[in-house]
Amino acid sequence: MAVIETPIADRVVAAPPPRRANWGQMIRWLLLFAGGIVMVAPLAYMLSASIKYPYELFDLNLIPKEPTFDNYREVLGDSRFARWFGNSILIATLVTISNLFFDSLVGYTLCKFRFPGRYIVFIAILSTLMIPTEMLVIPWYVMSSKFGWIDSYWGIMFPGMMTAFGTFLMKQFFETVPDDFLEAARIDGLNEFQIFWQVALPLVRPALAALAIFVFLGNWTAFIWPLIVTNSVDMYTLPVGLKSFAVEQSVDWEMVMTGAAVATLPTLIVFLIFQRFIIRGVVMAGLKG
Amino acid sequence: MATVSLNKLTKRYGKTEVLHGIDLDIADGEFVVLVGPSGCGKSTTLRMIAGLEDVSDGTVEIGGRVVNRVEPKDRDIAMVFQNYAIYPHMSVRRNIGFGLKTAKISKEEKAKRIEATAETLGMTQYLDRKPSALSGGQRQRVAIGRAMVRQPSVFLFDEPLSNLDAQLRTQTRIEIKKLHQRLGTTVIFVTHDQVEAMTLADRIVIMKDGAIMQIGTPSEVYHSPANTFVARFIGAPSMNLLPASGDGSNLRLASGAAIPGSARGDVLVGIRPEDLHPGDPASAPMQGKVILAEPLGAETLLYVDVAGAEVIASGPGQGAPGPGDVIGLSPVTLHIFDAETGTAIR
Ligand SMILES: Nc1ncnc2c1ncn2[C@@H]1O[C@H](COP(=O)(O)OP(=O)(O)OP(=O)(O)O)[C@@H](O)[C@H]1O
Ligand SMILES: [Mg+2]
Repeated sequence: MAVIETPIADRVVAAPPPRRANWGQMIRWLLLFAGGIVMVAPLAYMLSASIKYPYELFDLNLIPKEPTFDNYREVLGDSRFARWFGNSILIATLVTISNLFFDSLVGYTLCKFRFPGRYIVFIAILSTLMIPTEMLVIPWYVMSSKFGWIDSYWGIMFPGMMTAFGTFLMKQFFETVPDDFLEAARIDGLNEFQIFWQVALPLVRPALAALAIFVFLGNWTAFIWPLIVTNSVDMYTLPVGLKSFAVEQSVDWEMVMTGAAVATLPTLIVFLIFQRFIIRGVVMAGLKG
Repeated sequence: MATVSLNKLTKRYGKTEVLHGIDLDIADGEFVVLVGPSGCGKSTTLRMIAGLEDVSDGTVEIGGRVVNRVEPKDRDIAMVFQNYAIYPHMSVRRNIGFGLKTAKISKEEKAKRIEATAETLGMTQYLDRKPSALSGGQRQRVAIGRAMVRQPSVFLFDEPLSNLDAQLRTQTRIEIKKLHQRLGTTVIFVTHDQVEAMTLADRIVIMKDGAIMQIGTPSEVYHSPANTFVARFIGAPSMNLLPASGDGSNLRLASGAAIPGSARGDVLVGIRPEDLHPGDPASAPMQGKVILAEPLGAETLLYVDVAGAEVIASGPGQGAPGPGDVIGLSPVTLHIFDAETGTAIR
């Protein structure tokens, strides 16, 4: 991989910055710092609450006087929690795979093929972007109940199996794949699906990685629809389940926080895995030919 | 190996016709170059031969078989693209082998062919590299390798050298020519560079605005251009074209000079710069003042003002006249064209 390094000479020349108060810089730093605090504080509070006993839960100290892992023991030992965790993993993974496949397939077709009605299809897909989830929930629900999908995995998953956003994203990325690649493969005797699968898809890996992160996170944290479509505790996803911690008896905030802390783990893992592809993809995209 | 023939080949995009019935017969093993200015339809012609573009009218025949409705992969052709189209996510070995993906031959045979191809192109030590770790010239060789490994009957090249720098272009050009001499496969090569066309081709096809202007060997199109377009397109610097009127024995130029020539009526007199040498103003048929001199080493290009018209002449490498000098010009060879239609009068 051709990584372009700044020659040492350049760095030396660029090194000594003017030593005077730079107000613009300072304000920028302050703003960033404030933004950082706003974003990190809830996370820090979540982690801190997850190792507190209930009595000091509402104190503002981040370091508990009496740190404990009892909450974790309890949450991880709870069979319902394991079930919800499993549900969420399964659903988020399946929906992500489905999106990666179908969004890119449709995006590719819209981008690389000319056929009658192509533009209308594209506009139709785009226009769904403008309808908020809250409005779609009712038709989804009616559909689910008519087809008997209430309280099933499929019921939770079906609205997200393909997304307009993902299709649009992939279409835009396929624009960057020169037609020559596809034509060369066509002459080499690949059929259209092989061209898509073996030539076009590997060239948009960074987009796939980004899409995977979006879709996985979106489904991992999805709340409204899973809440509506599920009835039995066994079908709950993690966010719905955690919420039920909060309504069942009193509110076990430390349990909710502990569950949430555990729930961030898979998102971190997904991000770490796919982020690597994004960076590599960017490096690759910088090379001609 | 195969012949290729195009019969009344036409291409329309919607209502606009971009190719107006091309007729071309290419012999087995011939190296044919399609050349012409940008947008004249070279790529379109090539892509129709490859099957990447539908034929609007007429036929494409490869090896005596009409292939209008045959898939690209079944036409027994291979194509090399301008921007290489080698896959960045595959090693050189896989890239070259990609051309054999659907070939019905054994694994060992495939491996052997890939090795042999790499050997021919001097790419053996790079087989396991990714394209990103190759130079432009090496990448183009991988692209050629991927085409070669299929052992097609016809090679199609669409401006394969235009992304390379001048030196590499010359070098790769020579390699392509050698390759053709060795393999003897029919080649159709598209370029807009007339030097490439002249040096590579057995026959040159000069195109303009979706039509063929002339088909001929490099020597034919250079020495007897069919019209003023070909005359000016082939050869650098371009041929001088001077309006004149003929009375059957003499051609009288606008400057008043008379050159012996048998044409009658209004004509254009074409004189190549290399056929126009400076001489004694008193005895030469044309006189002019040098405006600019460009020394090129072996010769000096002289831009001469002949009665208001700029004419390019060729002087010796050393001791050529300089700006301001008044010189005489005596043409060696004349090309005469009809002033109205631009076609050659022979
Ligand atoms: N998809 C298309 N729709 C409409 N017109 C097209 C299309 N593709 C090509 N053309 C037109 O066809 C003509 C020939 O194009 P072509 O690509 O064959 O030119 P070319 O000779 O290869 O030029 P260049 O040297 O620039 O590659 C051009 O005028 C171009 O505008
Ligand atoms: Mg072209």
